[in-house]
Amino acid sequence: MVKCCPNISDETIKPGLGIRRDTDVKKEISLYIHIPFCVNKCNYCDFLSFPACTGTCKAAYINALQREMELYAKEADQYRVVSVYIGGGTPSILSLEQIEMLMYTLREVWDVDADAEITIEMNPGTADQMKLLGYRQLGINRISMGLQTTNKEELACLGRIYNYDHFYIAWKMLREAGFDNINIDIMMGLPGQTFQSYQKTLSKVLSLRPEHVSAYSLIIEENTPFYNNPAVLSQLPDEETERMMYTFTKNFLEGYGYCQYEISNYAVEGRECRHNIVYWEDRSYLGLGLGASSYMSGNRFTNTADLEYYIQYYNDEKCVSLMPLEKTVIDTKTHMEEFMFLGLRMMQGVSRQRFKSLFGKDIYDVYGTVLNKYEGMELLTVSGDSVSLTAQGVSLSNIIMADFLL
Amino acid sequence: MAIIDQKKIRNFCIVAHIDHGKSTLADRIIEKTGLLTNREMQEQVLDNMELERERGITIKAQAVRIIYKAQDGEEYILNLIDTPGHVDFNYEVSRSLAACEGAVLVVDAAQGIEAQTLANVYLALDHNLDVMPVINKIDLPSADPERVVNEIEDVIGIEAQDAPRISAKNGLNIEDVLEQIVKKIPAPSGDYEEPLKALIFDSIYDSYKGVIVFCRLFDGHVSKGTKIRMFATGAEAEVVEVGIFGAGQFIPCEELSAGMVGYVTASLKNVKETTVGDTITDAERPCAEPLAGYKKVNPMVYCGLYPSDGAKYPDLRDALEKLQLNDASLSFEPETSVALGFGFRCGFLGLLHLEIIQERLEREYNLDLVTTAPGVIYKVHKTDGEVIDLTNPSNLPDPSVIEYMEEPYVAAEIMVTTDYVGPIMQLCQERRGVYKSMEYMEATRATLKYDLPLNEIIYDFFDALKSRSRGYASFDYEMKGYQRSELVKLDILINREEVDALSFIIHKDTAYERGRKMCERLKEEIPRHLFEIPIQAAIGSKVIARETVKAVRKDVLAKCYGGDITRKRKLLEKQKEGKKRMRQIGNVEIPQKAFMSVLKLDSGE
Repeated sequence: MVKCCPNISDETIKPGLGIRRDTDVKKEISLYIHIPFCVNKCNYCDFLSFPACTGTCKAAYINALQREMELYAKEADQYRVVSVYIGGGTPSILSLEQIEMLMYTLREVWDVDADAEITIEMNPGTADQMKLLGYRQLGINRISMGLQTTNKEELACLGRIYNYDHFYIAWKMLREAGFDNINIDIMMGLPGQTFQSYQKTLSKVLSLRPEHVSAYSLIIEENTPFYNNPAVLSQLPDEETERMMYTFTKNFLEGYGYCQYEISNYAVEGRECRHNIVYWEDRSYLGLGLGASSYMSGNRFTNTADLEYYIQYYNDEKCVSLMPLEKTVIDTKTHMEEFMFLGLRMMQGVSRQRFKSLFGKDIYDVYGTVLNKYEGMELLTVSGDSVSLTAQGVSLSNIIMADFLL
Repeated sequence: MAIIDQKKIRNFCIVAHIDHGKSTLADRIIEKTGLLTNREMQEQVLDNMELERERGITIKAQAVRIIYKAQDGEEYILNLIDTPGHVDFNYEVSRSLAACEGAVLVVDAAQGIEAQTLANVYLALDHNLDVMPVINKIDLPSADPERVVNEIEDVIGIEAQDAPRISAKNGLNIEDVLEQIVKKIPAPSGDYEEPLKALIFDSIYDSYKGVIVFCRLFDGHVSKGTKIRMFATGAEAEVVEVGIFGAGQFIPCEELSAGMVGYVTASLKNVKETTVGDTITDAERPCAEPLAGYKKVNPMVYCGLYPSDGAKYPDLRDALEKLQLNDASLSFEPETSVALGFGFRCGFLGLLHLEIIQERLEREYNLDLVTTAPGVIYKVHKTDGEVIDLTNPSNLPDPSVIEYMEEPYVAAEIMVTTDYVGPIMQLCQERRGVYKSMEYMEATRATLKYDLPLNEIIYDFFDALKSRSRGYASFDYEMKGYQRSELVKLDILINREEVDALSFIIHKDTAYERGRKMCERLKEEIPRHLFEIPIQAAIGSKVIARETVKAVRKDVLAKCYGGDITRKRKLLEKQKEGKKRMRQIGNVEIPQKAFMSVLKLDSGE
């Protein structure tokens, strides 16, 4: 296999030549902003999102988000923001003014790198020319489109509210607005999906030449209409078909010059999603908004998932401090585990040297048995500084990663 | 305290076929005599164990003392000893009987005499007890007390015309039972002045009081400070407390004297010093002869018990020791298995006994167990003339040095309504039974006699019998001795490695079928691995059945949860947790329940 993405991490995340204040002393951070609204809830979706919210509710939420950001002012001083990701739900459901308010407050509180990657998620059907141009002006430079599949029946089964034609119109608009860094989400293992229909989806997507493709497997989650639904379960492609889809994705995309840099992410050179890499590479991020997760200074914490409470708390005029959250201190053992099972999602794997500098031990002193076991099975390779999964190892990554729990 | 007048004591037990209402009658008697208020009265007071209440069966003998004011105006002390009804627990019955002068025989007014009715009556007669019949469940629409009275007189040959017709459930005519106990069951005889002679009929371990010995005094007396000696073990100790049994509680008293039933605690350190059936005497003035005691009960079914968590091995040993104190029929000795680590080979009276012990270990001692396939004791005759008692299939010598093998047989008596004779005969044939005879007890009821290999009835014969007769068949057996048999050792190989805990001895004619079923079952139970796993059943080097667990080809969490690492972690932890409950055999991880699942292969007939 040709290693097509050498050393993404440090080089790509390090900013270019933007003008900043106090750059050298500030730590890097990424921001995630959660917008828990959508037009309607998809049948497989278990993310926090509420289709039924009113305009007042949305306005109050934006207000709360702004307040939350402001209350981070003190911490914000120590950081510079290398990426921003506005996810959901469907963030593009908000009006341009609302996004503008958010971006304004964000830049007021935080020191955002001039070349920071700023992504917004979008669903076909929520795009319009004015909005897109507005995004550009606000410095949003990356779009992530949730297409999932081009097949009409499969879309209907997922409960998506558009068809491929809608998507294509939106796509044209994006390009016309000048976006040159776009991701398309697709899914495999959908009810009723065949290998052929998946091939079709993938070819159609590729003909658009997006800079980035995320190819996810459908995971049936509890508390979704798909869960325990015999009509859905009986229609799922079998394991072997799914494996073929997975392998096909990789081969097909690599044939077009895309590189798989993470288990389910592919990009043309230089367009790897920096924000995503932050999660896998054990770097700091702050989640703002409902149910958003953060990892800062060795602590993990998650915002409340109670929309009403969140809105009420941060809209309270007397609110002078952040909502107290339960913080999990990541101890060395947990940190090692996470470093491994997150890092191994990256095709370039984890760095032995970084392991040593973080934990003061050689990776083999901690994980020798597991590493040797899977190296022997050719599911994992160690070469030079890097420990990574082989293509077959990637297919079985859950089993392997579980073994890295101490 | 004044010496208790022996003439006012009645020591009795209640015997019955399972479900004929023995424990309910016991409850009513206790209630009637005002020992407990209604509020205190819990259903089935004597079934102390959670397990007993749940299963609705009595496992342990229990004793209670009741004061009853009879119609003659006198107060009597009634000592009631409750007994288990299941065939596996016959020995418990026998223990209780030895402490009594009479037995109340409860017979269901609808079902009449059943297998255990007879077995218990014979046991009672063997112990020279006076048997007093009671017809229960007369409230049932199908009740036919007169037919049952005649049946008792015809089949058992005891007078039953004046047997109380009662409904224990509704509390009807309970008074009659109590009156008859006083009138018909003899008072104990025994000499207060003679040296102490008491029979241990049970003992329990209490964390505060230590060993509590339940005994029946035949001669002499005992009180605090008496130096006692155990006849069989020779252990001596000073009595700390003596007392009688309340309902579910111990009531200390000053002295126990000849004829009484009660308990004794002494400074006994080791639980093994008090064997049930032993005689207690006065160390300074011992009696000349011990009491007859009981016939030692021999375990008939063996299996390996292993803690799921190897570190719990000492806990399992402690728990078994404590249970053994209550249950003399339980035997165990340490063994090791390649697959399961350190554990014990345990002997039981039957499969129900095994299940009960296992469940008690799990509930009362909070242990997680893995059980191996139950087996019987085989006799292996070696070419050099040596005979080995084989309880663990792994110890089977090499076939080249085996001359022949023998397996234990039982003489089984199955009572069944004539409608189901056919299916039951078929069942016996399937289980390698040898037909002996069939007798009609009445027009609609027959007794089938078969010789059956014990091996064939220990798994699920009871269940099969019940399901094929819609519950109408009952079954009793006694050991008949050993017979030469064509036995083989069936091994299971997982990924080409023999799993000792899954090996068992089986007749060669049924080996193929069982081997096939085991492979099928294991295929369902063993999760897929990163490689293909062959599962084989083999006799010696010959593979007789094979299944394959396919390799996992894909297991990716190709979903982005954003920064929510906890979800990802939980998923991996779940995966890892699943592994913890598995046993590593070579490269293969086998869930513990796989070991158990092969025990119940025949359940789905």
